[in-house]
Amino acid sequence: MAEPSTARTLTTEPRRTPPAPRSVGAYPLLAWTWMRAMAQYPVSLLLLTFGQAASTGLELTALFFVFGHAHQLAGFGINEALLIYGLAGVAFCLADFFMGSVERLGEHVRKGSFDTMLVRPVSPLVQLATDEFSPRRLGKVVPAVAALCYALAVLDIDWTPARILMLPVLIVSSIVICCCVWTLGASIQFFIADAREVANSVTYGGQAMTEYPLAIYGRSVVRTATFVVPLAFASWQPALFLLDRPDPTGLPEWLRYAAPGVALLMSLAATLAWRTGLRHYRSTGS
Amino acid sequence: MRVLFAVFSYELRRFSTYRVATAAGVFTNSVFGVINAMVLLAVFDAKPEINGYVAEDAVLQVFVAQAMIGPVAIFGPPLDLADRIRTGEIAVDLLRPVHPLLWWLAHDLGRAAFSLAFRSAPTFTVGLLVFALPPPAAPEQWAGFAAAILLATLVGFGLRYLYAISGFWLMDTRGVHATAWLLGTFASGMVLPLVLFPDAMAQVLRLLPFAALVQVPAEILMDKATLPGGTIAGGLAYQAAWAAALIAIGTLLTARATRKVVVQGG
Amino acid sequence: MPDLPAAAAHPAPADPIVDVRGLGRSFTVSEGPFLRRTRRTVHAVADVGFTVPRGAIVGYLGPNGAGKSTTMKMLTGILSPSSGTVRVAGLEPARQRTRLAARIGVVFGQRTTLWWDLPLRDSLALTRHLYHVPATDHARRLAELTELLELGPFLRTPVRQLSLGQRMRGDLTAALLHDPELLVLDEPTIGLDVVSKSTIREFLLKLNAERGTTILLTTHDLGDVERLCRRVMVIDHGRLAFDGDIAALRDSAPAPRTLVVDLAAPTAPITVAGARCVAVEGPRQWLELDANPAAVIAAVAAEHEVADLTLREPDIEEVVADLYRRPAGERGRITA
Repeated sequence: MAEPSTARTLTTEPRRTPPAPRSVGAYPLLAWTWMRAMAQYPVSLLLLTFGQAASTGLELTALFFVFGHAHQLAGFGINEALLIYGLAGVAFCLADFFMGSVERLGEHVRKGSFDTMLVRPVSPLVQLATDEFSPRRLGKVVPAVAALCYALAVLDIDWTPARILMLPVLIVSSIVICCCVWTLGASIQFFIADAREVANSVTYGGQAMTEYPLAIYGRSVVRTATFVVPLAFASWQPALFLLDRPDPTGLPEWLRYAAPGVALLMSLAATLAWRTGLRHYRSTGS
Repeated sequence: MRVLFAVFSYELRRFSTYRVATAAGVFTNSVFGVINAMVLLAVFDAKPEINGYVAEDAVLQVFVAQAMIGPVAIFGPPLDLADRIRTGEIAVDLLRPVHPLLWWLAHDLGRAAFSLAFRSAPTFTVGLLVFALPPPAAPEQWAGFAAAILLATLVGFGLRYLYAISGFWLMDTRGVHATAWLLGTFASGMVLPLVLFPDAMAQVLRLLPFAALVQVPAEILMDKATLPGGTIAGGLAYQAAWAAALIAIGTLLTARATRKVVVQGG
Repeated sequence: MPDLPAAAAHPAPADPIVDVRGLGRSFTVSEGPFLRRTRRTVHAVADVGFTVPRGAIVGYLGPNGAGKSTTMKMLTGILSPSSGTVRVAGLEPARQRTRLAARIGVVFGQRTTLWWDLPLRDSLALTRHLYHVPATDHARRLAELTELLELGPFLRTPVRQLSLGQRMRGDLTAALLHDPELLVLDEPTIGLDVVSKSTIREFLLKLNAERGTTILLTTHDLGDVERLCRRVMVIDHGRLAFDGDIAALRDSAPAPRTLVVDLAAPTAPITVAGARCVAVEGPRQWLELDANPAAVIAAVAAEHEVADLTLREPDIEEVVADLYRRPAGERGRITA
């Protein structure tokens, strides 16, 4: 090979067989890289985080205004309402933090950037979920956590060992359920690319709905939110469990223990929907 | 003028190609409307009259608010102008023989007209049907409401124009837009009718331009005594004053920005 | 850099890296106004078959909408085929997409696989983790590629601020850091300036020669084809219209070769058997050849005093354009 001596040559060591792709480890890695990139503009990040906190903070303010006029809604006072608001906020805001970016699937499909995700050896769902991952979304969780802690402190909750053990289980289940709702919303966009707003009506609409005691919407809404789109497990059922109150709409008490099972079922449904959507995308290329 | 009409109808046609997105928007606005309305119904169930509002008024306002989301673009999108300033393409816009504010107004009115017909009207109808609301009967209420929608659209444009041209002086308008969407939804009576706010706060918010986007149009439709001056005409005058003021400020700042672009070369 | 024979350092093993048989992909499209939509099936790719041996550089040509991108999507597993089989690096792309992704590199000229807001260096570091490349291998390869593709000046720049040429070099680096066996390039030089095109072409030749990386590229730029590819495939209307080396492509073309004759003095148009004078300009004449150039040259030299002779091959661009223009009936499949 008559290479000029200055030109670098490529090494000729034998080619390595690549290891099997692993998607799970890729999530924190991708998220961390994005966070580092976002942290390069600390002022912007701080302002945006503050803005996100303010957005849920204003909802909380509206809740106070509402309870200033009506001292009870469906038999729930302000402190109980704060518990429900806090539980819903923690579930939806953390799900938004972990999975919120998947709602932009339609946009990635239109721009063709989804194809670039498909040629990397990592699940496109993980790539999508971590896309532009930013700690600013945690801003939203702050008022919710504050409301939840306040409510847990002032409410007269009978802290049996079962309640202490169940609380984290219920919160984790509610976050999982909400993550699944986001994934289901994204999966629709494989079929209808412009359906993002429909997904929003379940995700952000679901959050708006579950921030108030579900009983105010009447029996049929409570039943739908329990058995069809199980958002009742985000705040309503856990709150009934903590407050040890019967369901005013007459649903059985065992439902409040069903959250982990519902989370599992929802995970299966979300996985199935995502796979079906992806298969559809790969057979139509659109 | 002919150019502006062409821009208007081009935007109208462009948006009419987004059929699925429009249907999805109607669905989402209706869902949020139903949720907000049910919360307020529960409130009025506990306290039947609040500052001159009864349950039907509150529900009607919720659907006015959902219907206004499209025309006044209270949650965005920002004007395309914002992006063009960021990328520097604005230099091309400044070369046109049309004032940039009028150019972008024609643009935005095209978008607003489309969303009024295909987003606002269906959403509002859904609200009336779901909650079996009797629509206001008096023709002057409807005539006033029609004028109020137009003025609200102008106020909405005036605000978004200012947000966008802040890009001439700020590195990044994302923060401005995020703050504005937040403030706009809260201060306009979109999240909650201003009549439910504490009195002092409501009085301050009624002086700001945001109230012209939702609260005032809703009160005009219902001919409420809480309107500025207590009449429909008073409400319209308030909206018109803000529209004129915002557009005047916009024109002034455009002139300054143009000089800046010409002097610094972008 | 001398034009080295493909894969000199790595003799090609017998099994092909790409093996495509009877590949087809059809789409259902809805047309017409709302409520009066009609559906019809479009065959974007129909019965395409070819193999690519390890170490080759193959160009995949075709006009817009001919089925190039659809084929590339099926080779990389983005799209599943409606009929036929595809094997790439011994894997079935549609079913083993992520495993395949770890063994091939893909670059789309029209859109970046890099992360738009991240500095190039961070994007490349992320790639290392996604592909599980050991740190030492990564560092060495990054150093090599940084030097060869001159990435140094913009490694710290966010991708969105890079010029098209810089971005393309960044994309190539990202696609090669895991040392793939096969590099799939979709329009790699689209929109680039002459210098960037040349840098990338020379780099690809070096990569193929020294590392033995198989390269499959689609392009509209016939300069890419002439500089890089010994073999080309032409797809048109979803069917393979040609598969062979460039010389055969030229031969297949009806576009004739031209003999440019510079005579000692201007004369009347030359008439010889097997050629036809198409233009005269002073002492220079252009003869279109129908027959063996040697015989024509001999005949011309026998009758005229010739100062200079040039034999012009048909321009590859014309040949390909001609292939696209041919009516469907004649198109058939030409395999050389």
